[in-house]
Amino acid sequence: MKALGVSSRSLVDALPLLGALSVVVVLLVMPLLVVFTEALHEGLGEYFLALREPDALAALRLTLTVAAIAVPLNLVFGVAAAWAITKFEFPGRQLLISLIDLPLAVSPVIAGLIYVLLYGAHGWFGPWLAERDIQIIFAVPGIVLATVFVTFPYVAHELIPLMQAQGREAEEVAMSLGASPWRSFFTVTLPNIRFALLYGVLLCNARAMGEFGAVSVVSGHIRGETNTLPLHVEILYNEYNFVAAFAVASLLALLALITLALKSWLEWRHGDALASGSVR
Amino acid sequence: MKAVLAWASPVQRPISILRGFRLTLGLSLVWLAVIVLLPLSAVFVRGFDEGWRHFAEVAFSARAWAAYQLSFGAALLAAAINAVLGLLLAYVLVRRRFPGRALVDALVDLPIALPTAVAGIALSALHAQNGWIGQWLAPLGLDLAFSPAGVVLALVFIGLPFVVRTLQPVLEDLGRSQEEAALSLGASRVRVFLRVVLPAIAPAWLTGVGLAFARAVGEYGSVIFIAGNMPYRSEIAPLLIVIQLEQYDYAGAAAIAVVMLVLSFLLLLGINALQAWQRRRQEGVA
Repeated sequence: MKALGVSSRSLVDALPLLGALSVVVVLLVMPLLVVFTEALHEGLGEYFLALREPDALAALRLTLTVAAIAVPLNLVFGVAAAWAITKFEFPGRQLLISLIDLPLAVSPVIAGLIYVLLYGAHGWFGPWLAERDIQIIFAVPGIVLATVFVTFPYVAHELIPLMQAQGREAEEVAMSLGASPWRSFFTVTLPNIRFALLYGVLLCNARAMGEFGAVSVVSGHIRGETNTLPLHVEILYNEYNFVAAFAVASLLALLALITLALKSWLEWRHGDALASGSVR
Repeated sequence: MKAVLAWASPVQRPISILRGFRLTLGLSLVWLAVIVLLPLSAVFVRGFDEGWRHFAEVAFSARAWAAYQLSFGAALLAAAINAVLGLLLAYVLVRRRFPGRALVDALVDLPIALPTAVAGIALSALHAQNGWIGQWLAPLGLDLAFSPAGVVLALVFIGLPFVVRTLQPVLEDLGRSQEEAALSLGASRVRVFLRVVLPAIAPAWLTGVGLAFARAVGEYGSVIFIAGNMPYRSEIAPLLIVIQLEQYDYAGAAAIAVVMLVLSFLLLLGINALQAWQRRRQEGVA
């Protein structure tokens, strides 16, 4: 090795970097690029035509609606769970933390299945719901439920380690100075956790808008009615309408890029206000 | 409910004057029960709706066995590949300074942010016979799309961030002084890795690989577009659940789900044990 001199030594040093960069290009950059090139394959005109199609617009509206319901629900739950878990001590606390993470270990398809078993036509509550003409499965409520399930842990998961580290002294001081519980929450707790909260909401929202497996089981795939954007991508793709499929997919890829940009910005600018090193 | 809350009332602390324990814990428990626990328990009950015989017929049919083998086998292989690729990426991100490093660091999370259906059609387009990558691999006889190898590829994509993100903080804490000391004493690079680096990162490494494995086992969206979905060959277990549902065999769908859930929960227990080991290790170092 030494006889070969400096150049081969620096080559050996460069190998890990070259290897890592090839992995990034082949596994991450190329899939991203191919979405946009396939979408623009037949020019900008076709691209925007595919996006303006009524079914695509309906899918976009549904995706935004579902996220607008599911994310706030999990936001409230996440804050409540984190408050109970980090500000108080009670038996079963550790078990509760584990149960909150449970949905991460469940296949998305099973996440959809469980609601079909409960609320589907042949589900436990199916006949009762049918009598009252309430439809949950193959309708928007089912899509919301499945989305809430798969995004369940995200906000709590981000808040618990941070609020654990912050302790409860700040709130105790506020309360002992006469602040009401709500006032102490909004003026002391919330400012302390706002970036971690934003981080959790960001990840929660990305998953909510992009979820495929769970939603596909409960949606019924009715065009223009119960199709979310990811499901619409599948339908177009299976119809060999590749330009339109990738055009709709490019919207979701843009959402992913915006999410990554905001996430990196939060880590870079407010890294010390986030819980360290969490991934899911 | 009241009894539960009374039982779970906080251990009395001398000066704790914070409020909202019952409200927030009650809200959390109700939400957890309605969204997660009740629906999940339905699987275990409905799986046996039509008796043990039907359960066994569906859950342990030859087609189901092939699907479990593919889902768990491909996930295991993908996790092993990610163990290597993830270590490489984490090492380079922590130890090397190069232009575009921040961009690469951000891109590592792409598989988490990109909807799985988009990943599925993108990978499938890349590796089809006329795709950017497929056209080079096809003449070599490496046809990834529409085969079990395609399943592994999709699962490698999905699992990569888990290994990188669990290893990064540990590698950062490790610093390089020990390695440099060993190197300057004449140890070879391989020996330094095996004797100095590996023991320090082993728990985090295994945890990351375990997380990637657990995520890959249940993965659906990214796989079905590239797998070709041929029964006995490239049909994953979650897809078999969907097929049972399409035939209105709820008990059958639930039966397969029971097998998958039990295996996944066992996996989760293993990962929790690994994480506890890792935490003890980190506290020991600090």
